[in-house]
Amino acid sequence: MSDSEQTIGASLPRRDALRLAVGRGTFTDDIVLPRMLHMALVRSPYAHALIKSIDITDAKNSDGVVRVLTGADLEDVCSPFIASIEFLPNMISPPQYALALEEVAWQGEGVCAVLAESRALAEDAAELVKVEWEELPAVVDPLTALLAGTPTVHRKLETNIAMIMPIEKGDTKLAFANADVVVEHSFEFGRQAGVALETRSVVADFEPAGRQLTVYQSHQTPYQMQDVYARHLGLAEHQVRVIAKDVGGAFGLKLHAYPDEMAAVAASVLLGRPVKYIVDRQESFTSDIHSREMTATGRLAVSGQGVILGVEVDILSAIGAYSIYPRTSVGDGVQAVQFTGAPYRLPTFKGRVRIVYQNKTPCGAYRAVGQPIGCSIIEQLLDLAAAKLNLDPSEIRRRNHLRSVDMPFKAAGGLEFSNVSLDECLTALLAKMNYDSLRNDQKKAQKRGVYRGIGLATFVEQTAVGAGLYGPAGVRVSAQEGCSLRLNPSGLVNCSTSVTDQGQGTLTGLQQVIAETLGIGFDDVTVEAGDGGATPYGGGSWASRGLAIGGEAARLAAIDLRNKILTVAAAITQELPENLTLVNSNIFDGSKCLMDLSELSEIVHFRQNTLPPGVDFEMNVTRHFVPRDFPYFIANGIQASYLEVDVGTGAIKLLEHWVAEDCGKIVNPLLVDEQLRGGIVQGLGAALYEHCLYDDAGQLLTASLADYAVPLASEMPDIHIVHVETPVSGTGLGAKGAGEAGTLGAPAAVWCAVNDAIRPLGAQVWKQPFTMAHVLQALNSKGSLL
Amino acid sequence: MAEMLPIKLTVNGAVVSKLVDPRQHLTDFLRIDLGLTGSHLGCEHGVCGACSVRVNGQVIRGCLMLASQTDGADVQTIEGIFEAGEAAELIAAFVARNALQCGFCTPGMLLTAAEIVAEGKLLDRQEIRNELSGNICRCTGYQSIIDAVEMVLLEKLKEA
Repeated sequence: MSDSEQTIGASLPRRDALRLAVGRGTFTDDIVLPRMLHMALVRSPYAHALIKSIDITDAKNSDGVVRVLTGADLEDVCSPFIASIEFLPNMISPPQYALALEEVAWQGEGVCAVLAESRALAEDAAELVKVEWEELPAVVDPLTALLAGTPTVHRKLETNIAMIMPIEKGDTKLAFANADVVVEHSFEFGRQAGVALETRSVVADFEPAGRQLTVYQSHQTPYQMQDVYARHLGLAEHQVRVIAKDVGGAFGLKLHAYPDEMAAVAASVLLGRPVKYIVDRQESFTSDIHSREMTATGRLAVSGQGVILGVEVDILSAIGAYSIYPRTSVGDGVQAVQFTGAPYRLPTFKGRVRIVYQNKTPCGAYRAVGQPIGCSIIEQLLDLAAAKLNLDPSEIRRRNHLRSVDMPFKAAGGLEFSNVSLDECLTALLAKMNYDSLRNDQKKAQKRGVYRGIGLATFVEQTAVGAGLYGPAGVRVSAQEGCSLRLNPSGLVNCSTSVTDQGQGTLTGLQQVIAETLGIGFDDVTVEAGDGGATPYGGGSWASRGLAIGGEAARLAAIDLRNKILTVAAAITQELPENLTLVNSNIFDGSKCLMDLSELSEIVHFRQNTLPPGVDFEMNVTRHFVPRDFPYFIANGIQASYLEVDVGTGAIKLLEHWVAEDCGKIVNPLLVDEQLRGGIVQGLGAALYEHCLYDDAGQLLTASLADYAVPLASEMPDIHIVHVETPVSGTGLGAKGAGEAGTLGAPAAVWCAVNDAIRPLGAQVWKQPFTMAHVLQALNSKGSLL
Repeated sequence: MAEMLPIKLTVNGAVVSKLVDPRQHLTDFLRIDLGLTGSHLGCEHGVCGACSVRVNGQVIRGCLMLASQTDGADVQTIEGIFEAGEAAELIAAFVARNALQCGFCTPGMLLTAAEIVAEGKLLDRQEIRNELSGNICRCTGYQSIIDAVEMVLLEKLKEA
């Protein structure tokens, strides 16, 4: 058996990697069941319309069609769902149906489902469904949505405003009046799509005799979906089992309950046959959650020394036609405000977010939820203030960062900090990137007429959220993670966890924690996950929680199993358990090896009769962990972007990118680094390319991968990483999350770098993504800065 | 439904005779009719590269070719390439470097990467990036993939 020492902290490759690389993964579309039907949807071609009639006659008679379902057919099978938050009783949230009943509110909302022998035949028939529409005015522009007299996104709504949340700390008016420097900026953030390469997929299998529903789904949290399906399809929770096998990217977009997936599952219940529904790429663009569509104005007041006196921010967040079920869509806007200035000491703060509905695809949680917006706003304002004060951007950050001496700290936006390492990260980052020589390079380039910019972005990342968030909200999402360990007869260990893994490598991290804590080899542990019916109850994967919370559950379970093993070993060897240790799968008394684990395992499985009476032979343990004493762990770091702006064409070339990051204890540096890099590239995509564009009628213009540009290998820079490791005290493991840090800070770093590059020309960008057209627009409107 | 067309081709070294729907693309044929689910459909409009397979020695997009066009062709998928041990160094480098996360794009990415390695030219990092720009990866940020391909290229040149 292999060496168990120092597994935690080792850069071990993932056990699943080979299987996935050579095409032996099991993605949901790879699953084929007997008598399985395929579903295709008729979706609304209009952003807002009434359904006057639906004629399914021709579709029903089309080749291979088994059933054509409308909203009315599913209404009795699947109850409507409304995303709400108990402590926000005034939040407006319209009900959603598996298929629309009388009215559609976004282009792409499902109205009719065809079930046929193959997907191709289902699509043929879907084209034969005749829907008579009455087009209604579409509310597309967020500002228009706010105005009195604007039609509503749903006829039954009285307003398009979902909610308005103000936050205030201290007297900003006074702070701004007394400031030496006040800067102000307006911002526009383009609507984005998550773009998992594997589209949303579901295979629902309802067995009508025993009334058991099994759903294979490409999803982050099977437990949440078991709860959703049970309650909305009238089943008991133990009649529902949701299994997420391999998931081809998720990034938050596979965290929600989508009406089309509800329709597929409801159709299986109605027909008593398996139903497969695979969202195609165009449907993915029109029906996966979007996010980040916001406009904002920000103001910053600083003293002559560059010390922040106050921040004011006003954000308008547009969330599409519905608040996504069950977690709602308001988090994006709320977190955008809460994270504006969160890494800094803000004596005064005044923030507001207004969240509006519009006739577009519903929004929801996408990697880093709202945090990139807050980060981009404050980092830009700081650079503007630094420029006015002739301070280096790194210096103004250092003068305002939260420091260890400020801990514990509650930020103006409500965030609670227990430790930070921002200055340490800044120092590490500047050294890693040779900051001073880079500034020289920038100056030299400028003399040649080449405009390069350096952008710094300090960020704090909310990770490992505990029961304090969804519990009080009345949203049935569990913040705990569980881990079951069982010693098998060969002396190897099977782990079963509630943590789910969409490629992050979290399961490998758990394997490392278990191996080292227990005292066995890394390869002696296997980890099973994703089966909501067979694993301990938990959350799954969201908000950078897998290792911080699930890792702690694994650590606790491994400690318990080790104690059980040592207790039975003591009984077998007639030693005292407290004198025994388990190292490399051997039981030691001091330096003397008494027996190996496989020998012990054989006894507890096959020769229990040889054990003294009363000795516990059951080598199974299950432990759960949920943060109760702390709301979450705030990870932190700083990113830097170096880029070149072609002032003739407006093209931006990314030259290099750096990050100094502190996610607490690092279990596997290889995997953490790739989480950061992958996250950063998604953030770079947000900054430069990604944009869901709509026309005035609410038609999505970017519903293909040819029109919605995601980063390609050729456009991306090398990304350099340096770690600062400050273990948290709330768990024995000491890990924080790292999954969203990259996506959170990268847009702000680019935003700052672009404006750093073109500031000598008196210009600055204000609209993300920074397309060539927008950069030219910024260069041409210089002097009239927003 | 249109009349089914008979095709006879070689898939991963074995002869296959089937009747296919004229409109069925190659990847659906491989996945649905032959159960070769290692090739994935990410977009079905020729952009993402997840469906990449080899036809007569060239890497092509399985979603842009009809199954009926492959009559008489020699088709290789990731399954066959792995079983033949052909890209073993590259696959090992991908695993060691963690050049994949969810793994949905990886079979296609590996086919393109294997083509680069087979060319035998030493490319710099930007050239490798350019060559791989027909395959979208949403998870890794590409750097680890570039590292893995570069590692194998350097190793190959050292051997030569």
